[in-house]
Amino acid sequence: MTAAEITTTSQDTVPDAAATPDRPQPFAALGLTADEFARIGGILARRPTDAELAIYSVMWSEHCSYKSSRKHLRQFADKAPATDVMLAGIGQNAGVVDIGQGYAVTFKIESHNHPSYVEPFQGAATGVGGIVRDILAMGARPVAVMDALRFGPADAADTHRVLPGVVGGISFYGNCLGLPNIGGELAFDPCYLGNPLVNALCVGVLRHEDLKLAAATGPGNQVILFGSRTGPDGIGGASVLASASFGGAGEGAKRPSVQVGDPFMEKLLIECCLELYQAGLIVGIQDLGAAGVACATTELAAGGGTGMRVWLDQVPLRDSSLGPAEILMSESQERMMAIVTPENTPAFMAICAKWDVRATVIGEVTDSGRLEMSWHGAPVVDIPPASAADQGPVYDRPVRRPDSQDALIADDPLRLARPQAGDAGLGADLRADLLLLLGSPEGGDKTWVTEQYDRYVRGDTVLAMPHDAGLLRVDEATGLGVALATDGNGRYCQLDPYAGTQLALAEAYRNVAVSGARPLAVTNCLNFGSPEDPAVMWQFTEAVRGLADGCQQLGIPVTGGNVSFYNQTGSAPIQPTPVVGVLGVHDDVRRRVQSGFRQPGAAVVLLGETAAEFGGSLWAWLRHGHLGGLPPAVDLEAERALADVLITAAARDLLVAAHDLSDGGLAVALAESCLSGGTGCAITLPADQATFLFSESAARAVVAVRPGAEEELAALCAQAGVAAATIGATGGTALEVSGLFTVPLDELARVHSGALPALFG
Amino acid sequence: MTARIGVVTFPGSLDDRDACRAVERAGATPVELWHGDASLHAVDAVILPGGFSYGDYLRCGAIARFAPVMAEIIPAVAHGLPVLGICNGFQILCEAHLLPGALTRNQGRRFLNRDVRIQIVNNTSAWTSGYRVGEELTVVLKSGEGAYVADQQTLAGLQERGQILARYCGGNPNGSVGDIAGVVSEAGNVAGLMPHPEHAIDVLTGPGADGLGFFTSVLRAVPAAASAVSIVV
Repeated sequence: MTAAEITTTSQDTVPDAAATPDRPQPFAALGLTADEFARIGGILARRPTDAELAIYSVMWSEHCSYKSSRKHLRQFADKAPATDVMLAGIGQNAGVVDIGQGYAVTFKIESHNHPSYVEPFQGAATGVGGIVRDILAMGARPVAVMDALRFGPADAADTHRVLPGVVGGISFYGNCLGLPNIGGELAFDPCYLGNPLVNALCVGVLRHEDLKLAAATGPGNQVILFGSRTGPDGIGGASVLASASFGGAGEGAKRPSVQVGDPFMEKLLIECCLELYQAGLIVGIQDLGAAGVACATTELAAGGGTGMRVWLDQVPLRDSSLGPAEILMSESQERMMAIVTPENTPAFMAICAKWDVRATVIGEVTDSGRLEMSWHGAPVVDIPPASAADQGPVYDRPVRRPDSQDALIADDPLRLARPQAGDAGLGADLRADLLLLLGSPEGGDKTWVTEQYDRYVRGDTVLAMPHDAGLLRVDEATGLGVALATDGNGRYCQLDPYAGTQLALAEAYRNVAVSGARPLAVTNCLNFGSPEDPAVMWQFTEAVRGLADGCQQLGIPVTGGNVSFYNQTGSAPIQPTPVVGVLGVHDDVRRRVQSGFRQPGAAVVLLGETAAEFGGSLWAWLRHGHLGGLPPAVDLEAERALADVLITAAARDLLVAAHDLSDGGLAVALAESCLSGGTGCAITLPADQATFLFSESAARAVVAVRPGAEEELAALCAQAGVAAATIGATGGTALEVSGLFTVPLDELARVHSGALPALFG
Repeated sequence: MTARIGVVTFPGSLDDRDACRAVERAGATPVELWHGDASLHAVDAVILPGGFSYGDYLRCGAIARFAPVMAEIIPAVAHGLPVLGICNGFQILCEAHLLPGALTRNQGRRFLNRDVRIQIVNNTSAWTSGYRVGEELTVVLKSGEGAYVADQQTLAGLQERGQILARYCGGNPNGSVGDIAGVVSEAGNVAGLMPHPEHAIDVLTGPGADGLGFFTSVLRAVPAAASAVSIVV
């Protein structure tokens, strides 16, 4: 039997399903349990057709239904701080927050981990494409992207396959779209060798009145699929279905399970959608991402509380052999679905034609409350849409703190040898440790990656790499802008997922404040191992609780996010890696504070308290290969006070530079500020210099003070209860730690910039 | 009346908005031109901006070169219309044979976004008259196919006729032959530049304001702009 014959002759229709209740169906191969399969039968009062089974299998997948996490994610709503900034929240394609002056911003971060391991270039590229469409679907113009990346050891052979591909894919797709890449993260750890993390963030800007929601309302309105044609890409499960149902492996086996991206089409889709929005032609809109047409139709119909009739044979195909189940599950990229009134349909089509975007009416909104689909006249789907979109199974997975956790925590890093006062060669040892950190892939310069990304396009990028936060101008006249930072630390979270997640939140919050912006809202991408492992579930529940509590205390709401489970190699999960994105508002980007020392003669002041905290630190990991003890203590009130000082100081123009202290502590921060600004500094440290240089105590920043503003800053810190110690001054062509060591900037630069090019060419 | 500078948007153009902003900053009026337009709407000069016109399918600039708007631009060039192609615009001008040579894959085989130093070699063109010969500028390079190539004979001719507009200095970022960052037509009205001057028009969003001179220079070359120049200068 040929593929063409399959599609036209042997579809499983609704009457077939009713007539053959006992026909075996490959639900297990599609990832459904026997209980879930039985539940579908209960909802429909018959067995599902193959097409219906396709819909439920993808909509009830962990990825789409959040079935293992949903119970816990409720805390983000339950503990949400009282705020009036949210215009749309969790459950929409992306959260939307009010930033004033009639502007709103929508932002979200999402994982594309597994595709990026299988096919790094396309996996990462389509990760960017997917998150950009989420933002577009809210009615916003996408204005920037960021990416948080984690790979196996930088010198591992497979990292040399994965990393250049991932970076190349992000570069290719983001650059072709014309979206500046304004920041992100790059980390390495053996736990990510077989499971890299590729998390992509997009931010978009809209006027309040332009907000769009994913709802199919108005019976009689047209359902229009527009963008690329549908092909067989991304149908991991559907090819299983096809083979199992129709008795032949055939062509399905050759089909790629990773989607292929076309950023040119996405760019046209963006401009086309924005013109459609401006013309007021859209009733509701949804992007097609995971689960493609299945997801878009069920969510639009469920969101509108209506019904929908869809003629699946009208979907334009790139491969004419596709049947209804495959069309429903296809994850072909660069597609959107809109609900449009019949009167506006011609105008809609005209704008699509202007942008050379293919648009096809594939159905209509009904008041039946059912999602009904036909294939050449035969009914192949007839389900209540909410049963697939919103009423999937919810699991309360077993949670158990791993027995090994106590031993891990007991392994206190304070036992590690660190250079002490009185040691012969103390200065040389500290110098060597600094260069070790600074010359490592983790602590080194990330330019090898970031210079493959366009950070200038659109002309509104005020800060990007290597600064702590990306900062974008939103309004040229008023200077209104938004800052964004993402952070996460798998080592901290391994030691204590609750505190580690709060530390990620605190760091992103601090990074935004360092630029002078006030933190406003949070997104997250929660990367964990298998939820079926109670120890992983414990890490997950701790992380969610930590983030919800932290956001409540800091008074900034979680606006949305993404959960990525099953990040593991065999039975070994990755370190728990929640990546937290914080968005802030900058009143006037012309008063942004950057991280580099650019002028001599400015006092260098360390803000915050330093304790001997090495658990999970970069120093302990690189110097001793050690991971144990507890991560640095969390003090969110101190974070808030520090942020207040940084924001006020920026508004009063008291600072010429500010840099957050995180991985590698003060030593790495000072070196980075010297290098990015091209000016050295000379500092003096109190006793236990190793602690001052390499401890990763939180709630700290180093600033260079505008000459003449020292007293005002000191008064501001005193008032806010933030410790401020003047440790030196900028100037010269070296990083000098008095009495201990000096590193000329050119040596610092050579070491810092050398790590990634030495490994990746 | 200020000069009207057209900025063409092809499908896939990306830096069109930035070029418009630079034109405005220079004191002229940006006019959006659509690739399908069969009219130049009485503009005094044209900018072909950066991006990935038509997805850069086939070859960078190879499809854009046949766009309807190009059928208007090409004859106007013969009558002295000043045209500046930046990045993808440079590639389009080479594909259209309005400029000699071609742009090929960077020597490092990777897309490169870097602040670069260039030195002005020819200040008699419509787009560089505001600079001094030898003046060094910091502008923004961001391209994957930015390596300029031409055969020996063409290069010798360019050199001889003073058609090299600017060269990279302080290091060749992409393997361009002779460190060439930009070239100009023999008549001096059509210029192509691989790095982006429109991303260097202020210290807030760029490495500085060194690039603004390209957009103010052209105002001297168009008659309508006489009054505008006096405002800017």
